[in-house]
Amino acid sequence: MLIKFPKASDCLESQVTPESLYLSRRALLGSSAAALALAGLPDWAAAADASLYPDAEPSKAPTWLARQLSHAKWQAMTVQGEAITPFKDATHYNNFYEFGTEKSDPGDNAGALQTEPWSVVVDGEVGKPGRYALEDFMKPYQLEERIYRLRCVEAWSMVIPWIGFPISALLKQVEPTSKAKYIRFETLQDAKTMPGVRSSFALINWPYVEGLRLDEAMNPLAILAVGMYGRELANQNGAPLRLVVPWKYGFKSVKSIVRISLVAEQPKTTWQDLAPSEYGFYANVNPKVDHPRWTQARERRLPSGLFSPNVRDTLMFNGYVEEVASLYSGMDLRKNY
Amino acid sequence: MRYLWWRLSVFVVIAVWPFHWARQAWLLALGPDPGKVLLNRLGLGVLVLLLVTLAMTPLQRSTAWPGWFLIRRQLGLWCLAYALLHLAAYLVFVLGLDWSQLGVELRDRPYIIVGALALLGLLVLAVTSNRYSQKRLGKKWKQLHRLVYGVVGLGLLHFLWVVRSDLKEWAIYACVAVILLLLRVPAVARRIPRFSGGKRVSATKV
Repeated sequence: MLIKFPKASDCLESQVTPESLYLSRRALLGSSAAALALAGLPDWAAAADASLYPDAEPSKAPTWLARQLSHAKWQAMTVQGEAITPFKDATHYNNFYEFGTEKSDPGDNAGALQTEPWSVVVDGEVGKPGRYALEDFMKPYQLEERIYRLRCVEAWSMVIPWIGFPISALLKQVEPTSKAKYIRFETLQDAKTMPGVRSSFALINWPYVEGLRLDEAMNPLAILAVGMYGRELANQNGAPLRLVVPWKYGFKSVKSIVRISLVAEQPKTTWQDLAPSEYGFYANVNPKVDHPRWTQARERRLPSGLFSPNVRDTLMFNGYVEEVASLYSGMDLRKNY
Repeated sequence: MRYLWWRLSVFVVIAVWPFHWARQAWLLALGPDPGKVLLNRLGLGVLVLLLVTLAMTPLQRSTAWPGWFLIRRQLGLWCLAYALLHLAAYLVFVLGLDWSQLGVELRDRPYIIVGALALLGLLVLAVTSNRYSQKRLGKKWKQLHRLVYGVVGLGLLHFLWVVRSDLKEWAIYACVAVILLLLRVPAVARRIPRFSGGKRVSATKV
C-alpha cells in the first residue's frame, strides 16, 4: 500500500486521498482479520459487490440479508456527476440522538445496539397487523441499490448508496384500510444501550417518531433501507431497518425502526413536537424557506475541507423536483414547511 | 517583570490550542466537516476563557496570591482573540465569505445578533484595558469593566440558542457562570474563606 505524506505546499492532496491518512494500524489489522474471516464463508455470504466500495469496512451480513443481497438490483438509481461520500464519513458523522448529540457519538456508542434478533410491529389501519421477525418481514421484497443525496436540516449533505425496497411494496403487503391516511414510524427506545435516552437533560420525548402522508410513502423514491455501501447498515446509520426519503431533510428518515403504523390522523413527530416553529411535518428540502436560526439556501457537501470548503447551492426538493413536486401542487410550502 | 514564567506559561497554554486544532484539521482528524468543529471549539474556548477570567477575583480573595491578578488582563485579551477567530471561522466556513448573507444573518437571526453584541462588548473591554485608559477613566473604568458580566450572559444565550436538544453541556457552563457571579455579591464575597493567613491584598489592585 502506498502511503502519501502531504507536502506543506500541496494543500489539495488531502482532498484526493483522505483514506490513506484515516487508516490507522489498528483499522488495517482489523480489516485484514475480517478479510480472513470472510474468506471462510460461502460466496453468497460475502457482500455481493464489495469491490464497488473498497473503502467500506468489511462486515458480515446476517444470513437472510446476504442471501437477498446476492440477487439485489445494483445501481437501480444513481446521481449524475456527484461523488459518493467516503464510507468513513458516512459512518462517523451522524445524527442519532439516542446515542448522543455529538456527530461522533453514534459511531462511538451504537456498537452496543443489538440488531439480531429484531422484530417489527405493523399495526393500526391495516388488514394484516402483526409482529414480524425481521427476516420474515423482509422476505417478500426485491432489494435495490439507490444512490441518493442526503440533505441534513443543519445544512450539510452527503451522497449515500442505500440498499432497500420501496415502501409501496410494503403497503401492498400489509393492506391499509380506507381509513389509513398517514404512515407512522417509531425508533427503538432502549435505555440500556442508548445513552441519549438515559440523559435527563434531553429535551426529546422518546421514542423518536416520524411520519409521512400516505401518498408520499407511495412515491417510488421513498424506501426502507437495510443496507449501504454494498453491505448491511452500520448500527449508527440506523441498523437494521430505516426509512430513506431523499427529498426531505434527514431527520425525517427515521432509524432502527421497531414499529410501523397506518393511521388516520397526522402523527405527532418528534422534532415538530419539540420546536414546531423550526421543524414542520413536511420538512421538504427547500432553499427558499429558511430554518429560523440559519439559512437553507446553501449546504456543505461533506467532506468539506478546511482550506477548500465544499459549499454548494441547495436544490429544491434536494434535486428530486421531477419525481415529487406533484405531491405538493397547490400547497403553500412556506406554511407547510 | 514579576512572575515572568507564570505569565509566559499561561500565554503558551492558551496560545497552543488553535494551532493544535488547525494541525488536527490538516491531518483530517476532525472528521468530514472540520470547519464546523473548529467553529464550535473556538466558541466554547471563548466561554471557558471568560469563566476562567471571572474566577481570578474569587481566587485572589481566597488565596491572596498576587499571581491571579497578574494574568487577568491577559486572559481577557485572549477571550477577544478567540472570539475573533470564532468570527473568522463563521465567516469562512459557514457563510463562505458571502457578505450579503452576513447582512441577512445579522438582521434575522437572534443568536447571531446576540453573538455580535457580546463580541462588541469584548472589543470595548479590550480597547480600554491599557493603563492609559485606566487612568483616564478613573472610577468609571471599574464600572465599565463590569460589562464582562453582560458579555458572559450574552455568550450563554448565544450558546443556548444553538443547542438543539440536550441541555446538559450548556447547563454545566451556566452553573459555573452563576456561581462565579454569585461570588461577587458583596454578602457572599465577604464569606469567601481565606486560605492564606498572610496580609490582605486589596482586591482593586491591578
